[in-house]
Amino acid sequence: MLQIPTWKRIFIWAVVACGLILALPNAFYSRVEQANDARAAIEQSGATAALEEQAAGWPDFLPSGLVNLGLDLRGGAHLLAEVQVEDVYASRMDGIWPELRDALRDARDEVGTIRRVDEGGDQLIVALSDPAGLPRAMEIARGLARPVSTISGVGAQDLSVEGRDGQLIVQLSPEEQSATDDRTIRQSLEIIRRRVDEVGTREPTIQRQGEDRILIQVPGIGSAEELKALIGTTAQLTFNPVISRGGDPDAASSSRQVVYPLLDEPETYYTLERTPVVSGEDLVDAQPSFDQNGRPAVTFRFNPTGARAFGDYTAENIGSPFAIVLDEEVISAPVIQSHIPGGSGIITGNFTVEESTQLAVLLRAGALPAELTFLEERTIGPELGQDSIEAGQIACLVAFVAVLVFMALSYGLFGIFANIALLLNVALLFGLLSLIGATLTLPGIAGIVLTIGMAVDANVLVFERIREELKTARGPSRAISQGYERALSAIVDANITTFIIAAILFTLGSGPVRGFAVTLGLGIITSVFTAIFVTRLLIVTWFDRRRPKTIEV
Amino acid sequence: MRLKLVPDDTNIDFFKHAKATFGASCVAMVLSLVVWLMLGLNFGIDFRGGTTIRTEGSEQVDVAAYRAAIEPLELGDVVISEVFDPSFGDDRNVAMVRIQAQEGQESVASDTVAAVEAALSEVDPSITFPSVESVGPKVSGELINTALLAVGAALAAMLFYIWLRFEWQFAVGAVGALVHDILLTIGIFSLFQIRFDVATIAALLTVLGYSINDTVVIFDRLRENLIKWKQRELRDVMNLSVNETLSRTVMTSGTTLLALIALLVLGGDVIRGFVFAITWGVIVGTYSSVFVAKNIVLFLGVKRDWSKPDKTDGNQFANIDS
Repeated sequence: MLQIPTWKRIFIWAVVACGLILALPNAFYSRVEQANDARAAIEQSGATAALEEQAAGWPDFLPSGLVNLGLDLRGGAHLLAEVQVEDVYASRMDGIWPELRDALRDARDEVGTIRRVDEGGDQLIVALSDPAGLPRAMEIARGLARPVSTISGVGAQDLSVEGRDGQLIVQLSPEEQSATDDRTIRQSLEIIRRRVDEVGTREPTIQRQGEDRILIQVPGIGSAEELKALIGTTAQLTFNPVISRGGDPDAASSSRQVVYPLLDEPETYYTLERTPVVSGEDLVDAQPSFDQNGRPAVTFRFNPTGARAFGDYTAENIGSPFAIVLDEEVISAPVIQSHIPGGSGIITGNFTVEESTQLAVLLRAGALPAELTFLEERTIGPELGQDSIEAGQIACLVAFVAVLVFMALSYGLFGIFANIALLLNVALLFGLLSLIGATLTLPGIAGIVLTIGMAVDANVLVFERIREELKTARGPSRAISQGYERALSAIVDANITTFIIAAILFTLGSGPVRGFAVTLGLGIITSVFTAIFVTRLLIVTWFDRRRPKTIEV
Repeated sequence: MRLKLVPDDTNIDFFKHAKATFGASCVAMVLSLVVWLMLGLNFGIDFRGGTTIRTEGSEQVDVAAYRAAIEPLELGDVVISEVFDPSFGDDRNVAMVRIQAQEGQESVASDTVAAVEAALSEVDPSITFPSVESVGPKVSGELINTALLAVGAALAAMLFYIWLRFEWQFAVGAVGALVHDILLTIGIFSLFQIRFDVATIAALLTVLGYSINDTVVIFDRLRENLIKWKQRELRDVMNLSVNETLSRTVMTSGTTLLALIALLVLGGDVIRGFVFAITWGVIVGTYSSVFVAKNIVLFLGVKRDWSKPDKTDGNQFANIDS
């Protein structure tokens, strides 16, 4: 009646052993963490004696996966950014304008003279001197459209062209807009990742959330402010021709001109051409350096396209100034002394060394395609996290001891069996968490404590049932097997319902709540496993050895 | 010698005062609603947007001085509350400052935070800011929707699952008990103005999980006994089932509460609200399994005799397994 086949016994013990081995690294958290870091460092930049020694701190043959600590336990910064995807529409329009202008000028006989009248928004509006030429102008504009290059937008063109009151209105088609949005988010993700990586912190989380949001979590960084400075800067570098210089912020005489302040003298404004000669996208490298006077500066190098455009422009405009513009501020506006053919240059300004280093990082990582708006930001100091861990550990320990004592007192030997299963349960839970690389948060710790309390439930159900069966059944062995059999449906129903709740929490929650859902859900799996299989195996093994005539539960 | 919280054979009549206990639960639910409507909930920044700054200094927290320091910044609604925890020594004085979301700002203004921090540093030079959290109104609005959706989805899923596994009367009873638990938890959060945030919703859902767990165990026994005792009164069978599972109910609630109380006392102040919600919910949930869920089933009645054709059921295939 109480037979458990050998293969099943082996299987159960194998699962337990796997769980224990997987959980083991967490018992030596800092040592394993150091060893892992050292190994990563060796992988990346070669071995040194000190690194080798640290890496040897944890043997190779043992698993080294750890439960990640969430921000609330480790300290760090959390940002939720929304990408202003519409920003890109305007720059796309600016990009199309020269092409459209040239095409329309070539057809001057049919459409008359043209003038761009929009203000740089997501619509490109061109006024024609001859309204009768509108159909022809629309035809020309449509000719510039290309097919949208996504699966969902098959057959659609990227531009939508309208004509109204003698004005030609060009904008991105809805299909192209959604394709552009997607591209913008992916670019932003990539650039944010590069910028965060340049700073070299451990295990940052950078992921897309929903349609147009990016979640950034960086452990160990001092504050969200610091992180914002790093990733919130667009770092859009352009080189624009200078039209004039003055003190009037409203000096723009046409929509094709923009007025930006000088970085170091906010009272001074430059009027520039809106369309840049070269932009930061054509940069291949940027390094912090010093100019000939020993002041911090940034040197940069263009790719061949950028180098050609820059070379041609400087050759044609010797003697006139051009502006180096970063995020709508003029850094400097030197006069072109000579033709600059090599495609490299230097940006000088009143930088400190830190500023020039940061600017080089930003330029190297590339410009964000669109601006970010921060919807949520959290900074958690490392001390607070440490306090939480300590408090959580003490609470876990006390909860553990209390439950163990309570169970032993209530069920005697069977209580001890349940206690062994409970200890294994927590070990298995940690093993599973390490295996899937889950993140432990403060509510997650609460989830573990709750699991400790609730994990005994399945055992209690069985034990109570065995007690009842002992009153009626013939012999202890039958009581035990009946107890397990009859308690099973209650155990299954009760745990499935809780598991459904954990799944809902996981799907709808985020951050800490999700961490809680993970520990709760995995805790249910491990507790059912240990209660149904491990405790039973312990009891059966004991029963086989002793063959008691009566048992007391 | 065993520790026995519940004697071996109990024969308590849980449904002697069925109307009274159920009535009391209803009154408690109505009171919770009234308190909720009158006092409202002390929503955290998760749900209303704004900024909370945790301060820690060696000097005693002087709420009035803090307020006076922040007042000139004209930030609107500012709530300052001191935080107590047995683990804090004399030189650790912690307070929470909550600032409402600023008009017309979607994203969070860092200079506002900097200004507040500077003002507070004037009051207590030793002050540090271990955590600063800001949530914009856009996100907080979404979080409210998600929270409501989560609770709704949980209730619907439970209703469906219990209906699938048991009878519809059981499902109604179980969900009635869940609504009871949620309302009473919201009521106590409203009464004591405990901060209500996303973690509280997670706690509420956990309570749902625990409560349904408890309810299902008794239902499971009831289902078994209904088959075993075909002729006995429904009320007797229910009493029998509750009595039989009483020992288990007390044991499980006992161990869970032991663990939760350890966490409540020693787990630190950061998650105290969260743990409190779960602890309270476990107590209420254990009560509601017997006195709300079972009472509802008792009032609705359960179809007992499956051998006779159901008159109200016109479907000729309905009794295929009878």
